[in-house]
Amino acid sequence: MSSTPPPPHRIVLAKLGLDGHDRGIKVVARMLRDAGMEVIYLGLRQTTDSIVAAVEQEDADAIGLSMHNAGHLTLGPAMLAALEEAGIEVPLIIGGIVPDDDRPILDAAGVAAVLGPGSSAEEVVATVRAAIDAA
Amino acid sequence: MSDPLEEWRAAYDTARLRDVPFETMSGVPLEPVHGDAPYPGQYPFTRGLHAAGYRSRLWTMRMFAGFGTAEDTNARFKELLRAGGTGLSTAFDMPTLMGRDSDSPWALGEVGRAGVAVDTLADMEDLFADIDLGGVSTSMTINGPAATLLAMYVAVGEKTGVARADLAGTIQNDILKEYQAQKEYIYPPRPSMRIVTDMVTFTTAEMPKWHPISISGYHIREAGSTAAQELAFTLANGFAYVEAAIAAGEDIDEFGRRLSFFFNSHTDFFEEIGKFRAARRIWARWMKERYGATDERTMMCRFHTQTAGVSLTAQQPEINIARVATQALAAALGGTQSLHTDSFDEALALPTEKAARIALRTQQIVAHETGVASVADPLGGAPFVEWMTDEMERQAEAVFAHLDELGNGSILEGVYAGIDNGYFVGEIADAAYRFEREVNAGRRIIVGVNDFTDGDEDTEPNLLRIDHTTEEYQRKRLEAVKHDRSQEAVDDALAAIATACEDPTVNLMPPIIDAVKAYATEEEVAMAMESVFGTYVETAIV
Repeated sequence: MSSTPPPPHRIVLAKLGLDGHDRGIKVVARMLRDAGMEVIYLGLRQTTDSIVAAVEQEDADAIGLSMHNAGHLTLGPAMLAALEEAGIEVPLIIGGIVPDDDRPILDAAGVAAVLGPGSSAEEVVATVRAAIDAA
Repeated sequence: MSDPLEEWRAAYDTARLRDVPFETMSGVPLEPVHGDAPYPGQYPFTRGLHAAGYRSRLWTMRMFAGFGTAEDTNARFKELLRAGGTGLSTAFDMPTLMGRDSDSPWALGEVGRAGVAVDTLADMEDLFADIDLGGVSTSMTINGPAATLLAMYVAVGEKTGVARADLAGTIQNDILKEYQAQKEYIYPPRPSMRIVTDMVTFTTAEMPKWHPISISGYHIREAGSTAAQELAFTLANGFAYVEAAIAAGEDIDEFGRRLSFFFNSHTDFFEEIGKFRAARRIWARWMKERYGATDERTMMCRFHTQTAGVSLTAQQPEINIARVATQALAAALGGTQSLHTDSFDEALALPTEKAARIALRTQQIVAHETGVASVADPLGGAPFVEWMTDEMERQAEAVFAHLDELGNGSILEGVYAGIDNGYFVGEIADAAYRFEREVNAGRRIIVGVNDFTDGDEDTEPNLLRIDHTTEEYQRKRLEAVKHDRSQEAVDDALAAIATACEDPTVNLMPPIIDAVKAYATEEEVAMAMESVFGTYVETAIV
């Protein structure tokens, strides 16, 4: 075994679709960066195609999408389908406003984790690390 | 007459008062005001806009609503009016807010979710069906495509026999804060400002009861700013609109009195009250001293308030009712003209009808039971409150000085520069992160989030669900409208909009009204304008 430390985890963060609520994702970006991860924030109004392209180009270990407009049941599976079509296997984490009843649906669809409002920095970092390690 | 107290008394004596006893619960009679001059209703209006405060008129209880289809929201509107609401306030879904139709690929999963879907005039007709537009005031929260929605409202009025001059209400139309906080822009800042200025000009000439801009700090605060930043950025945007309208040849005393504001009422009680009082004082001084207003009505900062959605917790959601109550009380003590109280379930989903009713009842308790509406500016003169008001003003003035310098003596140019160089988004993101770190470190207690968490495991309350049939229904409806209209008339109207966009001396409102009457869709109108104005893409910075 080599003694060089592993390279930092790389995560692509994006707002998929029209939703412009970006307070949460910017806070999460800084939390992950402060924890030593490399964060590639794509910004607003991304499409599944633009996110797939960024994940490929950046060789990312995970994707984090933030949703506040109740679009998660449509957009989450759409993102997963786009990743599958591109042959990319990285965990997808969704943050934002997701009612409890929707969590099993997202789990079953293949979303690696859901982070709700009020998640602490420790929870956010641990959830992302666990999702990457499990992948 | 020069004695402020005599002047105040004269104004108070002419006010028509509500027919309720102005005494405490125990029967102690109350004076209408206490403290020192300047009194309520006197420049610079720190103590309120009206001599009698809420004795003459309570704030308007304006509950924001919108979800699903136009019929769904129409039913909610009627319910709110029946329950004692006195004004309508419309939430549009994200595609509508962004100028996209329900059949756009961008609309996938978002149709009718976070507000009502409006694609064409047909939807607007359904939205206000059986509501007398001459008898209500309507607020529409929309910015990028605001001109199109205002055009639709004018058209619905005309179809139902209400002249545009008799339509009362407000359209948010505050595009500057979109680049700073809410991010619902379409075109770049300068052409967007032309649209806003055209709407100011149009409503000033033709719609005397309409407020063409609601200059909004709400979203700046929700995005994470401090109270003082909310105050400063919002009023700076206000100055920018004033400078743009003056540059377009408008008279400040004609349009100025119809500008209105929209603030957040957050949790830190006295900071909020100081912010509201400072807003009135700063606006009055700047209108008079910097922009030369002579009519006192131009100097009055009228504002709507909404309690802080971002303060609501998903944990133990019922306790949000208490948060909303204290925030509503701060808004009343700060002298708001109208108020939306948030529903306790908003950190989880759009409000249910019951949650929305509890929220309305909460402000009714503040208005009718607590007694705070009996005395104008009841906290005026309290040393802490006056100090906080001064402190908010001092912090805001420092921001104005910075923007004035950035813009070489123009706040408008300073605001453009601050958008271009990331000043606003950077300041807001820094403040949001600082707050989050403090919560995370336990330096700030948020009940149910980082302390007092017993009960967090309780099951969620019943939530409003918008099922996917809304999206299918809305797409079919749009298809039917497109089928029934004259394509030739639509094409001609859209071409006329593009031509008007190319000539900055032409007002854009008339061709947009023509287009919506021909049932051009919201996206078609936006595309016609984009063909000339282009679009805005934010540089993503963390």
